[in-house]
Parts: sequence; C-alpha cells; structure tokens
Amino acid sequence: MIDALTLVQAAADTTGAYGSFPGIGARGAVWIAAQVHLMFAAFVLGVPMFAVITELIGIVAKDSKYDKLSKEFTRLLVFAYSATALWGGLLLFLLTTLYPRFWGHMARVFGPSMWLYAGLFFVESFTLYLYYYGWDRWKAGRAKWGHWALGLLLNVWGTIVMFIANGWLTYMMSPPSGVTAETLPEQVGLWNAIANATWMPINIHRLIANAVFGGSIVAAYAAYRFLSARTAEERAHYDWMGYVGNFIAISTFIVLPFAGYYLGREIYEFNQQMGITMMGGFMSWLWIVQAVLIGVLFLAANYYLWIGMARIPGAERFRPYTKWMLLLLVVCWIVWGTPHTMIASRAELAAMGGSHHPFLNILGVMSAKNTAVNLMILTTFLSFLMYRRANKRPTVAWAKSGSMIEGAMFALAAGVVVFYGIYGYFVEAIVRIGFSVYQVAAVLACIIGVTVIDLFVLRGAESRGEIRWGEMPERSQYALFVLAITFTWLMGLMGFARSGIRQHWHVWEVMRDTSAQAATPALGAAANMISLCVVIFLALVAFIFWLGGLAERAVQRPEPAGGA
Amino acid sequence: MSRLRGLIRHPLGQAIGLVITAYLLFTIGIAYLPGLLGLRSAPVPRSVVLQYMLTALVGILIYVSHDEERWRQFKEPITALLVLPKTRVLRGALLTLAPLLIGWLTFQQVRPRVDTPIGLRSIHPAPPGRITFQGRQLELTGLENPLRHRGALEEHYETGRGIYYQNCLPCHGDLLDGNGHFGHGFSPTPLSFTDPGTIAQLTESFVFWRVAKGGPGLPREGAPWNSAMPAWEDFLTEDEIWAVIIFLYEQTGWQPRRWEEGGGEGGEGH
Repeated sequence: MIDALTLVQAAADTTGAYGSFPGIGARGAVWIAAQVHLMFAAFVLGVPMFAVITELIGIVAKDSKYDKLSKEFTRLLVFAYSATALWGGLLLFLLTTLYPRFWGHMARVFGPSMWLYAGLFFVESFTLYLYYYGWDRWKAGRAKWGHWALGLLLNVWGTIVMFIANGWLTYMMSPPSGVTAETLPEQVGLWNAIANATWMPINIHRLIANAVFGGSIVAAYAAYRFLSARTAEERAHYDWMGYVGNFIAISTFIVLPFAGYYLGREIYEFNQQMGITMMGGFMSWLWIVQAVLIGVLFLAANYYLWIGMARIPGAERFRPYTKWMLLLLVVCWIVWGTPHTMIASRAELAAMGGSHHPFLNILGVMSAKNTAVNLMILTTFLSFLMYRRANKRPTVAWAKSGSMIEGAMFALAAGVVVFYGIYGYFVEAIVRIGFSVYQVAAVLACIIGVTVIDLFVLRGAESRGEIRWGEMPERSQYALFVLAITFTWLMGLMGFARSGIRQHWHVWEVMRDTSAQAATPALGAAANMISLCVVIFLALVAFIFWLGGLAERAVQRPEPAGGA
Repeated sequence: MSRLRGLIRHPLGQAIGLVITAYLLFTIGIAYLPGLLGLRSAPVPRSVVLQYMLTALVGILIYVSHDEERWRQFKEPITALLVLPKTRVLRGALLTLAPLLIGWLTFQQVRPRVDTPIGLRSIHPAPPGRITFQGRQLELTGLENPLRHRGALEEHYETGRGIYYQNCLPCHGDLLDGNGHFGHGFSPTPLSFTDPGTIAQLTESFVFWRVAKGGPGLPREGAPWNSAMPAWEDFLTEDEIWAVIIFLYEQTGWQPRRWEEGGGEGGEGH
C-alpha cells in the first residue's frame, strides 16, 4: 500500500516536470548545449586575460609586435562571443522547455542574479566591441592606456559573469547546509546559495583553466595560420604566436592540478560519499583516462619545445639531454596511467590472484602517481628553461654559481618528491595524503626560485644569435593541434566527472531527478557524448579560424587601382 | 657485424629495437624479473600491456622525430620502400600482408567467444552514506569502531581471531593473504589483507560495510553477486564484525584510515 502511494506521489511529482527531445533525449540535448556553451565561454574568458597582458607588454616595451598579437587574440574573441551567446541562449531554451520544474526552482532561488548576469553580458559585449573596434583609433599616448583599461574591464565583467554562473552550478552540487527537499526556494537566500562550499574552488579552478584553454586554442589558431602561411614573414609571426600560446597554456596548466586538488578537498569536506564516488567509485576510471590525456599534453608540449630548439642558435648544447628527459617523461606517464584495479580476463585474474597485480600494484596508488606527475612538471619546466637559455650567454660574474644553485634546487625538489613518494608507502593513509602538499610545495618553490634566479643570471646576457622564427618543421604545429584537442576533451571529461557525481539529483539531496534519464551514464556512453561535443566545438572553432583569416585578408587587400 | 652495428645506430633500427625491448619488458620482464629479487609478480593483463605499448610507441616516435637529422634518417628507408622502383616486390608484399594482418587482428577482436566477458570491476566502490544493518539504520560517515573505545583491545583481538578462524580462514587464508584452501575456486579471488592496496587504504566503517553486506550488497560498479563473499550480517552480530576487523588490522600491522577532522575523508583513487 505504501509502495503504491509512493508511486502515485512520484508520478504526480514528475507530471509536467520534463519535456522530451527527439533522437538524443532531453538530457543529451541539454548536455551538448551546456558543454559547447561552456567551451566557448572558457575561450572568451581566457583569451582576454592574456590579450591585456600582451597589450601591456607592447605598451611598456614599445614593441608593436605584442600589440599586433593582442589584437589578433581579440579578433578571435569577436567571433567567439556570438557563438557563446548563441549556445547560451539555446541552453536556456532547452532548460526551460525540457526541465521546467528544475529550472523553475533555480529561477526562484537565483532570479535577481540571472537578471544581473544578462545585464553584465550586455556590458561585456559592448566593452569588447569598443576594445576591438577602438584599437586603431586609440593607439597612442594616453588614449592607448584608456584602451588598455577597456581590456581590463572586459576581464572584470567576464570574471563576474563566470562567478555568477558558477554560483548556480555549484549550488546544484553543494547546496548550503540546512537546505532540504522541504525548503522553499525563496527561503534559501540568494547569497547563501551562491557562496556555497564549492563555489570559490570552482571559481579559482575555472579562472586558471580558462587561461590554459584559451592559450591552447590560440596556439592551434597560430598553427593553422602557420601551415597556411604564404610568406616567410607570416610564418615567422605565427610561429612566434604559437610559441606564446603554448607558453601561456603550459605555464598556467602547471598550477592547475593544485587548484583541482583544492576543489577535490572541498568536495570531500562537503560530502565524503560524493568525494569517494568521484575518486574511488565508478568515476575512478576517468582519472586513468585523465592521466593518459595529461601525459599526452606534457609530451606534446615538450616535443614542441625540443623541435623548436632547432631554430635557436646555441640550443644544440642541450640536445644530448632531451632523450633522457623523454625517457623520464615516458616512465612517469606509464606510472601515472597504471590502473590499480586492472581490466583482465578470468585467466589473467586467476594468475594475478585478484584484480590487483602483485607487482604493479605499487604503481596504482597515489604515492606513485603524485611522484610521477610532479617529476613530469619539473621536467617540463626544465625544458622551458633550456629553451629560454638556449641563445643566451650570461655575462654576470656569478653566472656559474647561479646555474649551480638552480641545478641544486632542481635536485632538491626532485629529491623531496621522490622521498615522500617512497615514504608514503610506509605510513598510514591519512599521513600519506598530507605528503602531496610537501611534494607540491617543493616543486612550486623550485619553479619560483629558479625563475627568479634565472631572471638575474640572464640580465644583460649576450646573444648567441637570434631565434629564426618561422624555421619550424610543419610536424611541430600538429603538436599544437594535439594540445588544443586534448585540452578540449579533458575539459568535457572532467566536467562530466564534476557534474556526474551528483548522480540522480538535480540539486544534491534537495531536488531529485525523476526523469526517465536520471541514471548516471556509463563511462563509454559519456565518452561518446563528450567526443561529440568536442567535434562540434572544434568544427565551429575551425570555422572561426577561417573567418579570422578571411577578415585579415580583406583588410590587407589593396585598394583597386583607379576607381570612379 | 658492421651491418648489424649500422642497423643499431640507424634511427629506424633503434625504433624497432626499442619497440621489441619495451614489449619484452612489459610481458616477460615484469612477470619474471621481480622474482629474481624475491618479489611476487604475475603476467601483466593484455589491456595494460596494450596501454603501456601505446605509451612507449608515442615516446619512441617523439624520440625519432624531435631531431631533424634523426627524423630524416628514420624516414629514408620507409620512403624508399614506398617509392623506389627497385623495392616493388617488397612493397607489394607489405601492402598485401599489412591489410591481412589488420584483418586477422580485427577478426580476433570480434570473433564469437565463450569466455566470460571482461568486466570493469571496482574493488573499492563508493560506500553508501548509511546502511540498514539487521533492520536498523547505521550512519557510515564518520563511524568509528566502537570496540576501540570499549573494553580491552586484547580481548577483542582474541574474539576476532576466533571468528576469523571459524568463518574467514577457508577463503582468506591462514596468513590473511587471500590464499585459503577454497580461495582458488573463486573468481574474483578473496582479497589479500596483507596487500597495501586493500584494508590499509580503508576506514574501518568501509570494512564493516563490506563484511556486513558481502558480495550481494556491492553497488553496481563492484559487480554484485560476482563476489562469493557472504553477507555476514546474517550470521554475525555487530560486535563480532567489529572484533574481526580489529583482528585484521592488528594481525597485518596496517593502520585503518582515520576520518579527518571535520568529517571529510581524503581521497585516493585508482
């Protein structure tokens, strides 16, 4: 009797709560719209960050090359903004028509912030148009600084817009304590709902990730333009642009795991079951896929740098080391990607005595993986350092001791990472988790310390010859494409992990998903959907790249001779 | 001899040599080399060998192509094979054999089999926040072993030992290593508690949940009913389960994972 009543109640609750969508279903439609919107949003929020930085470098260093680069970044933004807004609009319509009850709940909690969001989007768009179309008008003197301030404002608006939207989605994940299924939406309190447990970690994680993503897409654009360039000058410019994009992507990417760690900790703090579902439950295989993809990123980034060293006079002195660095990266990649629970046939399981391999088992736990990833970060940083030093000959008297201190810092950081990696096997889990903090701190200290020392060591350094921009083999550019595609895929994949840990809840333990598609999809189905989103996004980005080139050619085309 | 030396020095020869070395290391090396040092090992599952080989292959391709001169030398014999008129016979053989090989490999993948399908089974699935134990609700989050704060640990250890030897020994073994005399009859085989990847990674409440609910109580990702572990709540009292958990930790020397201040549990994944 009680069961029957529950069923009647569930049916009554669900009536009118969900719409249907042909073919891919309501969830599929919302998934694609949300994911592609998010990818464009990440791009339009990431690129302005370094557009203003490169413009500032151009102003301070009085180098028009940087100004041109900054303008080119912004040109891509103009096209991408429309795409972001279109996909955002589509998402809103889909949510309204397919998930009316859920969206009604969200609107009742967040109503005023939604109006502010729309208003700020207007302001942001007009700031962008002023920033881009005013480039040549306000290009000198005080007006140039005013123009730069516009770029800064663009970042401010964009960041606020993102923070507002993050408030909505993090509320779905971690609603404030005290909010239950019985709480009326109006009683939640707007600020209370926004400033929830995972809001700030997501804000920080996304801010950094946007810069990484923007950098990689810009690098891919530069690679596309490099490959289609017709003059040596064009090749040189886009070679340089690709390098800058890659540099931004990888240097910001290095700090991203720390922000991710902070987010993970907060998820555990909010609800340990959610945390375990993410890291140790059915989502845990996503982390192996993530490890494989991040390994691709590290190798592609290093590969690009090593190939690029061929066009730098003096870089040949570093060439003997690259094969050992490659070996270290591959070994670390293997360690990081080794699953703890292995996929095995019945006979293989019997031979291993279970799903854990008796020997490789030691590589499946976090001690090994943290060690591997930290060594990969250190190796990549070393590649950057070699690249930077390649064509320079230090002139300061203490250059040799400076380099030795740098070497000692690398050795010390690597020593700390390996020591805590091994020691982690001999202590209990709760202590071991704390070791990752020491490993990260050692790596960060090394990166900061070596960078500072290197700046002083290379002050007034002699040049061994100019970098021959443009003399880059074409295969290097495909490494930049690999970076962009991998970042895009990773974003979709880990976005699924973050969103999927809510499982059958629209709002965690507050509003249950009672639709026919409430079940969390299997990893394979999710990967297919994410790949589809990546293909849609990249196809549209390719179109934007093409438009970017088209617009430039139109500007460069000379006026027809004669005329009316 | 000089020809062999030339082959070893040639980037293509080096790449082929590295592929073979990597394959031997991942298959024979990992299975047998640790044994020489007295360490336990076993053949690596095919899925992991494939993953390792793809990783190694990417590394080898980067090795041969990140230096312009090496890349040129690497491509030279391949280009010659595919382009030069004098290699026509070899080219013909390659272009015939390669599709045949791919076809055979594809057939091997898709041909009907009678083997148990390979499943992706999570050994430590996420526990529920609360469970129903013998008809009453038990909150697992933050749950400590009550016997650690009640009575003498030595007594609980002795009780636990008795329960273990009466009930768990046939599968999990005298040495707690999963090698009980019935153990080999099961797939998946019983867990080894001496393995640093099992109870050493878990809170006592997790172990309690697993003992109480056994194989049938596993969530979907843990492949319920695949494990032969009985649901011990039908046979043991709450205190008996806690006592046997104390025995497991005391006997193996592992410390159970503790709850963090503030209720969260640090994360360790796959």
